[in-house]
Order: sequence, then C-alpha cells, then structure tokens
Amino acid sequence: MKRETIGEFEELCLLMVGILHEEAYGVSVKDEIKNRTGRDVTISSIHSTLVRLEKKGLLKSSMGGANDIRGGRAKRIFEMTAAGKQTINEARELRNQLWTDIPKLVWEK
Amino acid sequence: MGEIDKPRPPKWINRLLTWYCREEYANEIQGDLLELYERWLENGRFKANVQYVANTFLFMRMYNSKLHSGQNSNQMGIYKNYFKIGYRNLLRNRGYSVINISGLAVGMAITMFIGLWIKAELSFNKSHDNYDQIAQVMQHKTYNGDIRTQLSVPFPIGDALQEEYSDYFEYVVMSGWIYDHVISNEKKSIIRQGNYMDVQAPDLLSLEMIKGTRKGLMDPHSILISESTAKALFGEANPMGLLMEVDNELSVRVSGVYVDLPENSSFSELHFIVPWELYVSSYDWVRSAKERQAWDENSYQLFVQVAELVSMEEVSERIKNVKYDHLNENEKRSKPEVFLHPMADWHLRSNWENGVKAGGLIQYVWLFGTIGIFVIVLACVNFMNLSTARSEKRAKEVGIRKSFGTVKGQLVQQFLFESFLVVFSAFLLSVFLVASITPMVTGIVGYQMQLPLTDPYFWLISMAFVLVTGLLAGSYPTFYLSSLRPIKALKGTFKVGGSAILFRRVLVVFQFSVSVLLIIGTIVVFKQIQYSKDRPLGFDKDGVITMELSTTDFEGKYNLVRNELISSGAILEMTESSSPMTDVEHTTGGFSWLGKDPGFQPNFSIIFMTHDYGNTVGWEMLEGRNFSRDISSDSTAYILNEAAVEYMGMVNPVGETIKRGEKDHEVIGVVKDMLMQSPFKAVRPTIYIIDYVHTVNYMTMKLNPEISVSASLERIEAVLDEIAPKVPFNPSFVELEYARKFLAEERVANLAGTFSGLAIFISCLGLFGLASFVAEQRTKEIGIRKVLGASILSLWQLLTSEFFLLVLASCLIASPIAYFVLSNWLGNYEYRIDISWWFFVAAAFSALTITLATVSYQSIRAARMNPVRSLRTE
Repeated sequence: MKRETIGEFEELCLLMVGILHEEAYGVSVKDEIKNRTGRDVTISSIHSTLVRLEKKGLLKSSMGGANDIRGGRAKRIFEMTAAGKQTINEARELRNQLWTDIPKLVWEK
Repeated sequence: MGEIDKPRPPKWINRLLTWYCREEYANEIQGDLLELYERWLENGRFKANVQYVANTFLFMRMYNSKLHSGQNSNQMGIYKNYFKIGYRNLLRNRGYSVINISGLAVGMAITMFIGLWIKAELSFNKSHDNYDQIAQVMQHKTYNGDIRTQLSVPFPIGDALQEEYSDYFEYVVMSGWIYDHVISNEKKSIIRQGNYMDVQAPDLLSLEMIKGTRKGLMDPHSILISESTAKALFGEANPMGLLMEVDNELSVRVSGVYVDLPENSSFSELHFIVPWELYVSSYDWVRSAKERQAWDENSYQLFVQVAELVSMEEVSERIKNVKYDHLNENEKRSKPEVFLHPMADWHLRSNWENGVKAGGLIQYVWLFGTIGIFVIVLACVNFMNLSTARSEKRAKEVGIRKSFGTVKGQLVQQFLFESFLVVFSAFLLSVFLVASITPMVTGIVGYQMQLPLTDPYFWLISMAFVLVTGLLAGSYPTFYLSSLRPIKALKGTFKVGGSAILFRRVLVVFQFSVSVLLIIGTIVVFKQIQYSKDRPLGFDKDGVITMELSTTDFEGKYNLVRNELISSGAILEMTESSSPMTDVEHTTGGFSWLGKDPGFQPNFSIIFMTHDYGNTVGWEMLEGRNFSRDISSDSTAYILNEAAVEYMGMVNPVGETIKRGEKDHEVIGVVKDMLMQSPFKAVRPTIYIIDYVHTVNYMTMKLNPEISVSASLERIEAVLDEIAPKVPFNPSFVELEYARKFLAEERVANLAGTFSGLAIFISCLGLFGLASFVAEQRTKEIGIRKVLGASILSLWQLLTSEFFLLVLASCLIASPIAYFVLSNWLGNYEYRIDISWWFFVAAAFSALTITLATVSYQSIRAARMNPVRSLRTE
C-alpha cells in the first residue's frame, strides 16, 4: 500500500509533536511553531492538521492535563505512531538524498 | 484564580461551538481557546473577546462538524443530492429558470429600492439629538369660517412662552427665515443661506462644533458658520475671531464653526447663524415690533424644545391662547390658536386642511410602500405559477423517489430546498441590481441612496424575506407533489387537477389587475402634469431673469440702474417688486369697498412694484389702464386681477374705490390672472400697488432678445458691479424656477411610470412562461387537431383565448378601483383634469396587446409545428 503523503505544514506539526514529547497539544504546538519558525498560525488550523494527521494514522492521542486556566477542560495530548516516525524519517532521507544530488556547480555560481 | 469577577468570554459563542462541534472535540477546543484567552486579555477585554469569537468561528470547519460525523453522513449526502438535482433542473429548463430568477430578482430589487427610499424618508431630521422633543410653534387662524394654518408667529410670543410657560420648555428659540444673504470678508463676497436665531439655537439643533462652542451666539456681534461656508470664505485659514459682514451692513466676528447639517435635515441650508439680538437691534421694523409688542404682526418663526416628560399635545393645549389673550377685540376676530408642530412630522405630515393635519409626503410613502408590496407579490405569483405548472414534469421523479422509499417529509424538504435555491440566487442578483442602480437614481429621488450592506438588520430582514418568499412560492408545488401516489405518477396518468388550474387563473387575473391599475394611474398622473404645464401663465416667462436683493445697496437707485441697463442694450425693460415671478410673498386683509358684505373678511395677495412691472413681464390689461408715471395719483391706485374682481363681486371695477384703513384707493385697471404660485391651484385674488421703498426686493429684467443671453448677462453684471460693487450677481431664470414647481409631481410620474413598466414586465414574464408551458402540454392535442385539418389561425385562437379572457377580466376588475383611487388623488388639486373613459380603454388596449404579443409567440410556434413530429414525441 502506498504510504500517506504529507505536506510541508503537516511535516512541521509532526516534528513539533516529536520535539514536545508528551507535552504536545494544540496550544503548545502553536507556541513551539511560533518560537522556532516565527510563523503565527491560528489555533484552529493547528487543531485541524493534528486531527488530520491522526486520521492518517501518523499520530495518536489521549486525553489529559486539565487545569484551571482551561476552565477544567482536558487537553488532547498527541504522540507519534510508528508510522509517523517512519514518515518523517523518510522525508528527511529523501531530502538528504536530493541535497547530495545537487551538482556542485550550482553552489559555485 | 477562580475569582468571581474574572473576565470570561461571551457565553453565546461557546454555546454556538457546542452546538456545531462534535462532542469529542468540543471540550479540548474550548480548553485551548480559554488558555489563549488568558493571554489575549493582556490587550484588554474587548480585544480578547473579539479574538476569542473570531478564533471560535475559525474552528467551525467541516471536519469537526456534527454533520460530518460518521453516523449522519447520509444526511449530508441527501442535501448534496438535493442541490445537484435542483441545479440540474435549473440548467435543463434554462428558459424557465431565467424567467423565474430574473422576474423574482427584478421584483425584489424594486421592493428593496422602495424600502430604502421609505427608510430614508422616515429618518428625515433624525440626525438632531432631541428629535422627539423639538417642535415648531405655529398657529391656526379663522377667516370666514375657514381655518388657515401658518408658520409665522408674532414677535412677543417668544418672550411670553419663556416667561409664562417656562416649565414646559427646555429651549425657546426665536428665529427668522432661512434665505439667501451676501456674506463677505475683505477679499470675497459669496451668497449663502442662513438665519437669525436665539442663543440657544445650537443646543436645540445639537450642532456639532468643530471650533468654538455652542455658546458662540452669546456676544451679539458674533456669527457661527458651517464648515463648508468657512472653507468657501476663508479657505484653509483658521476663521475663529476673524471679522466678516452679513448683507454688507452687519459686521460680525466668527465665534464658532459647526459641521454642515446633513441633507436629510430641515435645516440643511442653514449655513450660518447670526444672533437674534443683532437682528433686533439692526433693523428698525424688527425693533419696532419689539417695542410695540406687536402681537398682530406675524413675521417670525419660533422653534422650541419641550422639557422632558411633558407631551407635545399637553403643551399645545396649554399655550393655545397665548396669542389670543394679548390681542384687542378687533384682532381677536381671527381667533388665532397657537400649537406645536413636532419635528417628527415636519417632513412627512405638513399639510393642513381646515386646522387638521392632512398628510403630506407620508401619502407618497404609503403609495410607494403599497406598490412595493404589490410588485413583490406579483413576482412571487409568477414564481408560484411557473412552479405549479412545471410540477407535472417532476411527477415521475417523485414516483421513482417514492418507490425507493423516500417519505413525504423528505420530498417536502427537497422541493423547499430547490425553491430556496432559486429565491436565494434571485436575492443575490437583486442586491447586485440595486447596488448598481442606486447611484443612477439620485436625480429621481432627490438625494443619495445607498444599500446598507454593513447593517445587520438589512441582512436579517433580507434573510427573513428570502425565507418567507421561498416558503410561500414553494409551498403549493411542494405539498402537492409530495403527496402524489407513486403508481399514478409513474404510470403517467396523473394530470394537474382543476383546483390547480383555477388557482393559476386567479393569480394571473390578480397580476394583470395590478398592472392595469398601474397603467391607468400612470396615464392620469402624466395627463394631469401636462394639463397644468399647458395652463396659460398670463405673463411671458421667456428671457426673464430675477434676482433677490438681500442688501440695501440698490435702495433709491432704481432709476439709475434701469437707465444704465437699458442704455447698455442688455435688457428691454426691468422692474423691482415685492415677490419673485414664481411666488407671492405678501398677503393681507383689512380691505373694504362699497357693497361688501360686512361679515366678509377678505384677504388678498399683494404685489408691490415699480411702474415698469407690467411691461417687463408682459401682463395683459383686460380693462382700464396700466400705472403711469405722469399721473401722480397712481401712487395710491390699485390694479386688480380677474380673480380679485370675481372675489369682490364687482361688475365694473374700473373707477371703483377700495378702502384700506382710512385711505381710499381707486381701481384703475384689471389684468388677466397671472400664475405665480402653484400651477395646480387657482390663482389667488391679487392687488398690484406702486411702491419704490421698502418691500421691493426682487429685481426682474426682460433680456434683450437681439443679443445672446450670455452676452447680456455679462453686460448686466458689469453695470450692476459699478453701482454696487459688493453685491454678487446671482440671477435665476423665471422659466427654470417655474419648471421646478413640477418637480414633486414629475418625480411621482417618473416613479409611477417606471414601476408600472416593471410590473407589466414581470407579469409578462410569467405569462410567457405559462404560455410556453401550456403549448408544450398540448403538443399532442395540437398535432391531432392539425392532422384533422385545423388551421394555424384556429389553433392560435385556441391557445390564446384563455389568456385573452383572463386579461380582459383583469381590466374589468381594475377599472373601477382605478377610478376610485385616482379621483381621490385628483381631489388634491384645484386645477385638474377629468377622468375620461379613454384612459381605461387605452390601458385595457395596451394590456391586451402586450398579452397577445407575449402569448402569440409561443402559440404560433406550437401551431406551426409539424404534426408528425409532435405526435411522435414521447
């Protein structure tokens, strides 16, 4: 079966979930993206992307971590599945491969 | 944490989210949002709330919608299918769809348009903060049993109200009249309208001050000017404290600048305000009115703002006799009764008949409101007619759907959905239409109109309207079709029943009755205007110009001006008079003559004028002679018009004597009636009197036809400028001024014409659709008839006679209604046409011709079809 392809923003979210390890939920992913890339993304697009990745089987989620600020509402904590890890790995390898294939001449110009 | 007064986002938005969002996500989404809300609060509560709401809306996406969840996905699919089928149906019957949607869109656009106009009319004057409490003090007076109502009030009434009835009023503002004045500084003179008003005027009018304060009229030598006036006179410089002159004689200092009053205010032309006190101290006649406490001279206006918590009616009742109580026995005869005319009524209800409010513009609001409703009903009728007619075509689809297990409720949903689809697209089209035509109609309605696209109420009302129209228009076919028996429907033995056909006929008759009514109305309005326009004027208005003299610069220079102008060759003759050629500004009573009934209190229009009046305007002497410079007794003589002679009941007026006070005046001539006031009213009895001194403040000139108008205007300006350099030259053409008297009526005529044209267009669209449908229905019948030898003519008769009869019936229904409504309307005019039979015949004829033309296209096409082909169709 052909593996699910992912887009640039999806890849970014996957990476953030990995970085945040066990602390990845909507707001923290948003903050992390803001801190690391400077991109200010709306919370709704983060949420929809995370949910979509879960549907594709690259993430899994569990509920937890309610607190006062959140009005006692739980967080949906995301975690990478094996497929998710493999996907970003492949993405990285593919990119490395492509990088090495750029002829040196290009850089010398 | 957790204090009670901790700011929370609005509750409704959370409720909306929970309603929309699948349960599994709702909780965490709200958690995330609340967490962010905490941060947003740093920028203030309002901003945080806005962001919260905006972000919540962003969450309303398909993936977390309840509809999207696995179990209900079928529902979504059904809607998709409805949409698809509806869309395909629209495309398949392109002709019908175009007729349906465009007809409805035109109807909606008209209604929307009328709605906008009504809204604008109803909001007139509302820009004044104290709209509900402001009133003008007016009076009713009784002459010979007739009650006349007037705006002008005597001088002492202001003080009397302020002293004796101070509890009832917040502000009492005596005022002159808004008219043209020359205002100037060292560099410039311009003509602007303005007024003299009491110090509290800015508070009463709630002027928005740009510079200075509302107390700016406290100093008697001050002036408040509008922003545009400041720009015109002082340019970009700061005008505060600068000196200027009004009418070249009052010198005043600018003490404030206010924002121009909007177009939809009765005070829109109030470009400057000069203190009342200055008015009183500068003009002898005003000062004398004050010193004499002249209760019987009505020359001023009075505006008041009533105190809070008292009603206008109550105040009116209390102040009723304030004038009467101050008059002597003789003056009391006219029984003046003072009352308040609330600002809310100024624009819409300002007509008086025998002391009772008798409508005004509000009648037009009602008239066009009714037309608007009619038009939209017409459009809906079309829509219903076409959908009912077409419903037969859908019978098979219903049969199939039912066999597959669709229940009635779902079919109802489906057809209503389709109906909304059409209504909604028509709505969008109509918004587009209105938005693109509103800028073009400023000329017809008289002011700028705009679609309130940002007003939530507009959308609310529109959506409600779409809903109601969709339901109404879709209801009949929907419920009818959804209750069909599937077997019958599939077998094709189903035929639309008699009730549906009857219903359709009733609708067509209704549509055409309204159209015929509008056609007759248009004919009558146009005829009435034409009739009044063709009315003999009694004087020659061609090449006559008038100029109002608001300053005293020309006083005592009449002969000089006249000689100079005539010798310059620019004019043939000129005169000065107390009224322009298109109005009469003086009326007065107190006359008596031999044989007058002692109980009769006559009241005449008076025109004071110089000797050359008659020659300038070209009046027609019927009896006696014109005023002559050579006969010195002419300075006290009178010339009457025909109406006056009749009014006085004189047989041989020339040589008779009329007494005014103690003085005798000889009548030396009678002139033909001159139409100077409303062209729709009878000419008032008028007396012409020689006067060279105070009241003659209109200069009227007859241009020399030998040279071009622009050349003579140039010469006149040069001559006048030499004699009075500080008076701007500002003439108006009598012909144009006269044409303006028809403005209101012409506006109605144009609108009525447009609306009836559109109503007929909409009705014909419907008829066209219906005719083509009927022709299609009877294809086979026509084929058989043709095979059996029917001629095209007889087939044409067969197909058109039904519609012909329906429209004929409409004419019969509409005529008596039209007669009743229009005789009522014409009753408003003293000078009017008689309604003649040919109006009705013409309307009926045109309606029938249009019908035949519309229907014949379809029926002839059907009749000419090859029977072989039509019989084979299945």
